[in-house]
Formats: sequence, structure tokens, C-alpha cells
Amino acid sequence: MADFDFADIAPPLTPDYALLEANKCLFCHDAPCTLACPTHIDVPAFIKKIATGNLRGSARVILEPNPFGHSCARACPVEVLCEGACVLNDRDEQPIKIALLQRHATDYVLERKLKLFQAGKPTGKKVAIVGAGPAGLSCARDLRRAGHAVTVFEAKPLPGGLSTYGIAEYKLKADVALAEVQDILDLGVELKLGVMIESLGPLLEEYDAVFVGVGLGRTKSLGIPGEELEGVVDALTFIEHLKTHPYHETRVGKRVLVIGAGNTAIDAVTQAKRLGAEESTIVYRRGEDDMPCYDYEYELAKRDGCAFRFHALPKRIVGNGRVEGLEVETSDKKCETIPCDMIIVAIGQGPRGEFVVPQGNPRVFVGGDCANGGAEIVNAAAEGVAVARRIHELLGRSHG
Amino acid sequence: MADLRTDFAGIKSPNPFWLASGPPTNTYGQVAKAFDQGWGGAVWKTIGEPIINVFSRYGAVDLGPTRMMGFNNIELISDRPIADNLKEIAEVKRNYPKHAIIASLMVESKRAAWHEMVKQTEDTGADGIELNFGCPHGMSERGMGSAVGQVPDYTCQIVEWVKEVATIPVIVKLTPNVTDITYIARAAVQGGADALSLINTINSIVAVDLETFEPQPSVRGKSSHGGYCGPAVKPIALHLVSAVAKDPQVTIPISGIGGIGSWRDATEFIALGAGSLQVCTAVMHYGFRIVEDLIDGLSNWMDERGHRTLADVRGRALPRVTKWEELDLNYHLLAHIDQDKCIKCELCWTACEDGAHQAIRRLPRDNGGPVVEIIEEACVGCNLCALVCPVQDCITMEPVPNDFAPVTWKEYAAGKGKLAPRSEQFHTATWSKSR
Repeated sequence: MADFDFADIAPPLTPDYALLEANKCLFCHDAPCTLACPTHIDVPAFIKKIATGNLRGSARVILEPNPFGHSCARACPVEVLCEGACVLNDRDEQPIKIALLQRHATDYVLERKLKLFQAGKPTGKKVAIVGAGPAGLSCARDLRRAGHAVTVFEAKPLPGGLSTYGIAEYKLKADVALAEVQDILDLGVELKLGVMIESLGPLLEEYDAVFVGVGLGRTKSLGIPGEELEGVVDALTFIEHLKTHPYHETRVGKRVLVIGAGNTAIDAVTQAKRLGAEESTIVYRRGEDDMPCYDYEYELAKRDGCAFRFHALPKRIVGNGRVEGLEVETSDKKCETIPCDMIIVAIGQGPRGEFVVPQGNPRVFVGGDCANGGAEIVNAAAEGVAVARRIHELLGRSHG
Repeated sequence: MADLRTDFAGIKSPNPFWLASGPPTNTYGQVAKAFDQGWGGAVWKTIGEPIINVFSRYGAVDLGPTRMMGFNNIELISDRPIADNLKEIAEVKRNYPKHAIIASLMVESKRAAWHEMVKQTEDTGADGIELNFGCPHGMSERGMGSAVGQVPDYTCQIVEWVKEVATIPVIVKLTPNVTDITYIARAAVQGGADALSLINTINSIVAVDLETFEPQPSVRGKSSHGGYCGPAVKPIALHLVSAVAKDPQVTIPISGIGGIGSWRDATEFIALGAGSLQVCTAVMHYGFRIVEDLIDGLSNWMDERGHRTLADVRGRALPRVTKWEELDLNYHLLAHIDQDKCIKCELCWTACEDGAHQAIRRLPRDNGGPVVEIIEEACVGCNLCALVCPVQDCITMEPVPNDFAPVTWKEYAAGKGKLAPRSEQFHTATWSKSR
């Protein structure tokens, strides 16, 4: 059986390297890295604590504002967030390796199962959370710390949302994401898996407040003939399968086309290549400079030997039962069929059509991808934490 | 090409870089290797009645990832028989006649014992003798080392005994563990010393293991104060060398010791009056090979500035070391921030606001322009912002000309001279949330 390379693309720092890197941090005041983080982690503070050997305190500085600080250390687009804002960039140097230092501190507490947070004294109030993704669980953690009873409803068999199911395997593995989730659940969160909530009505009768963090819906369809052919999959399903099964059980073609050029498309094209595809190619209707993925993601795909077809507009998937090729229209309006045996569609997710959030109810809150249209784990965590505060204020008021 | 040849109280060496007495100069093999690699001289590990050492002898202070910023030891003098040490000294001198070889000595405070030791040493052909009146640990409990060097009368007495028989130059190595080192230096001069060397190590406990509460270095759970050295002690050594060098009663050469690791360190010692330089900790850290850059760096620096010999440099900074009361009160400075170089870390603001004179103003980060600016009327020119700034030459201290003649505190207190006006804000800055 082939060996698959899904080792971390950003391996952890050794203790010596972490100390060296931590001591490079200037300890800025009003630090740009902190301002750039959606959860406003006090980055210089946690790095200074690594330098003094206070890893427990360091992890607390990270996880207090960001319950998914562990996932974020591996999955955050730090190049456009904290590390991109590091003042060392202005000294024409590499920025501080903030993500790896964050991982160094959070790994320390997760590996030792140190409990940094405790449930608060019971308030008698009950909150329902729909969706066990980063937004819902971040909200759940802080509500438990405030002493409110929390029940989380999740349609999928595992909690964690895209943190568990949707991050490229070489960045964050499901078991790591689940360990972080377990830490939150250990605060006494009731989790109901495999439960699809159809309507908020019954929840509003039973609970004092409801938080909706259901994420986005399925990958959008291309709207071209042939999408039903065998061998056409959507990117999220493909990545989810890879992350929840032994590697050899995820089918991959010899010649794979990935339609789309966002960050999920990059995840798909690189993971397909690493699963054994001989050719793994991005097909994009516009040009290189128009690609919505981050620059460093593009670099990752190039480094993995993936190919790119720009200015190729998909018109039709051809095949006889199974996919055999993708007919595209090129920039000079000519039609061309690119032979392939697998097509992965990665053109973004649509909203959840089946789930309508009632507007104007003061006991209903939303957060995460379903509220912001789709962003990073760190955004969902920030929103979950912010909503927890609002819910606590609401319940505190009605309490008194 | 700069001429680094050194004549120190009659002791000649091809360059001023000597190994200090310590673990690197314990054997023939070490000293011969060091001379082969370029060292100009060596002060042998202190010889006396052989002692018994403890296991675990060294401790260190790291600064972040930098190892051994400070270093200490509880090792005693040589544990090898006197005869073996003297035989090897003779052998080194025979094989390296142009290098300086100096025997460091420490025996009990008896005239006969010193006479005997000095005579035996002279038979080796050594170029000089260094009297170890400085070790602050272990030997001092037995009435030797710093127990001698902390009492001017003892220092003078033993130097006299040694000089009664010595025909080669006698260097007295001073301890910094005293209230005023110049008293000891004068006592050594009075006793007839030909030269001084300083500093020996500083009394210290380098660390406590927080798991076990054992002070370091630990000897079966216990420790004892040891001698501190390494880069951390250089500023103390520079001060003491300058204090002795400026003392009008001390007219003999000074060998500079204390935290020398680079040619820059060495050159600073020379500028403050050192005639030769002794190095130990840096060699214990990085080996004898560091002498190559000590020589190369000093030579290049001298060549670039047209200094031909060490005498051109020696003591050049000394006239600039004065009493505080002789400093000009009318010399005013103002911090200047080069906004093109600023990387917006705001460390200068934090330091000035919390640690100095609240003379930097913060501006909103989101305006795209500068984030800090100097409040000129509040700036006292203290240097702190320039010292914390992580960008070279971003914050500079610029002189502010005035029409007032220089006036020192000494003059001013005597009713002479006029003070240039100073801003009221020097003293009245107050904290406010809006800053």
C-alpha cells in the first residue's frame, strides 16, 4: 500500500526553538498582531510567558479569548492576520512565528490535559445551541463558565464542525480537533449528536435562549450538464471523507480536476495529489491574479506539484456513466475537453436553505459562518464568545 | 598592520591576549594548544598545596536563549601536585619562549611558605608571578584568596614577603568584593607590586532550582557562594579598572579581566587603562579559537583609525571618566525619532511612560502615520527610548544648543555659572488616561 504524506506542513517547534523565537518578540505595546486577531489574543503576553517558561499561563492567555486557540494555531491564515501584522515585517525580517508559538503553548496544556477553565456556579438558566462547530462550542464554553446549563444539538456524528471535518489533513487532524472539543465538553456541556433541528420553536419553549451556529450548506452546484456522473464530488464531502477514514479508503482518480480557486479548492487539489493522483489540476474560469485563495495557499499547491488551468470556464462534464472529461471554454472562446477521471467541485458553499432563523426574537442569537457568510475558525470563535457575553447579560437581567 | 606586541611590567608577549588563571590553563596541553592558536600569554591555574574539589562546580545565568550570560564557579585552585605544575610551566616556557607564562600562586599566609613557593616558581623560567588574592569561595574560608585581598594590611604584607625573594615581575590580582578597590590597590603598590590584575570573580549565587530548592551548582542538594564572571560582569570590571587606573597613587600597569569575550570588550579595557587582557569564561564557552577574532578585530579597528601600537589606545578614555559633579549641566539633549525607520512597536512609549518622564505621545494606529512622537518640552534626554528601540539609529539623541556656558554642579553649587532654562514639564508631567 502506498504511503501517504499527511504530516503537518508546519511541524511543532522544539522547546529550544520556541525559546529562541519567543525571545525574538519585541513585546510591542498596543501590538498590531493582537489588533489583527479577530479574537484579539494578547499575543505579546502569551509569547512573553513562553519566554519565561510559564506555558500554562501562556495557554490561558490564548484560550481565554479564543476557545479554539489550538485549532487556530494550525488552521488560521496567519499570513494575513497576526503574522502579517508583525512589526518585524517593517524591519524587513521574518515575522515572529506566532502560530507555531501558539501551538507550542496550547499543545502543552492539551497533551497534559490541564484544565484551565471551570464551570460556574449553576444559575438555573438553560441555553440551547444549534450546531457544534467553533461558533457554537465557543459560545457553549463561556456559557458554562458563567454557570448556565448548555445543550448542543449537532446533526453530524462528530462535534467540531469544520474544525473536525473541513481543515486540510496536513494542517489539522480530526483527533486533535476533537481533543480540543472534548476539553470544552468536559465543562459539562450536554451534546446531542445526530440530531437535526428543523425549527427553533420547540427549543424556545424549553430553553431561556437559543444560539444558532449551523454553518453553511452544501457546496454550490456548477449548473452544467453531467454533474450527476460518477466521479464528480464536492470538495467538502471529499475532505470530510479523507479526515474520517483511513487514507486508502478515500477514492481518488488518476487525473483529478478541481473546479474553483479558493482556499478549499487548494485543500482539495493538494489532498488529492497526496492521496495518489498522478495529475491534480485546478481549473479556474479567470486568471492567476484573480484567484481568491491566499498567496501562500497557492504556493502550497505549486509546491505539491499541482497544475493550473486558468481562463477555462466549465461548460459540460462528459462521460458515459463515469466522468471522462471536462469541456471548458477557453479565453479565445474555443471549446476544449480536458480528460479526467475525477472532478472535485470547490466553488463555495451556499446558505442553509432548509433552516430559517427567526428574526427579531431577543432570545435567539446567531454566529459563525451562517451569520458572517463563511469565514475562518477564528472568526466563528470570536463570534461565539461575543454572543455568550450577550446571552449572559440577557439571562443575568432576567435572573435578577 | 597594527603592532600588538605587549610589554607589561617587563613581561613580553606577542599580543595583549592572555588566558586568565583558571580551568583553561590547568595543563601543559591546554596552554601549548592555546599558544599554537595565537594566545599571547597565559596565567597558570593557581598553584598551591593541592586541594580536593567537589563534583559539580559551575553554574550559569542564561539570558533568554543566550547561554552563560553570567557564570560562576566553586572550584578551588589546582588539584595537581605543585611539582607537576612547575614542571609543565618550565616545559611550556622552554617550547614557547616568546609567549608570556605567568604562575598564579596561593599559599597559606606564612612568610616561609611564600618564600619557598616563589623560589620554586622562579626556577621554572616563568616570566612573572600573579598573587591570587581574589578567589572569593572556598580558599577564603582557609584564610587565603580574597581573605587576603579584602584587607589592605594583609595584602601589603604578603606582597612584601614575595618581593623579598622575587626577581621576576609580581602581579597582584585584586578581588572586587570590597567597598573601595583603590585601597587594596594602593596597599599592593605599597608592598612593592610590579603590576595589578583585576577583577577576580564576584561573590554570587547564580540560581535556585525551583523544583528542589537547591542553589546552583548543587553538591548533593547544597551549594555555596561562588565566583561570578562572564559577560555580565564586564561593566563592573570596566569601572574598577578605571578607578584603579585613575588613582594617582597607583602608577603600575593593570591587566584587565572580567567578561572579555570579543575584541570590542578588550578594546574598552585598553581604553580605560589596561596594559594586557585576561580571558577565561569566553574560552570555557567557545574554546581557544576565539583569539583569532580578538586579534583580527583589534588589529582592523586600530588600522582603520591609524593607531599603530597599543600605547596609542591605552587609557584614551580615562580622561573622560570624571566625577559626576564635573559633568556639564548645560548640555541638553532631545530624543529624535526617525519616523521612516520606526516599525511602530511603541516600546519607546511604554518605557518613557512607565519608566521615565512621560515625554512621548501616542497617536492613533489607524491614521496610517506615525504612532509615537516626542513631547519636546517634557523630554529630559535620558536615552531610555533610544536604548529600548529595536531599530538601529531610529531614535537618536540630538544636542539642543543654547547660549549658556558649560557649568558643572561643583561650580554651580559654589555660586558660579548660570543654568540654561529647563522646561517646567520636566517635573510636572502627570498621568492621564487620554495620553
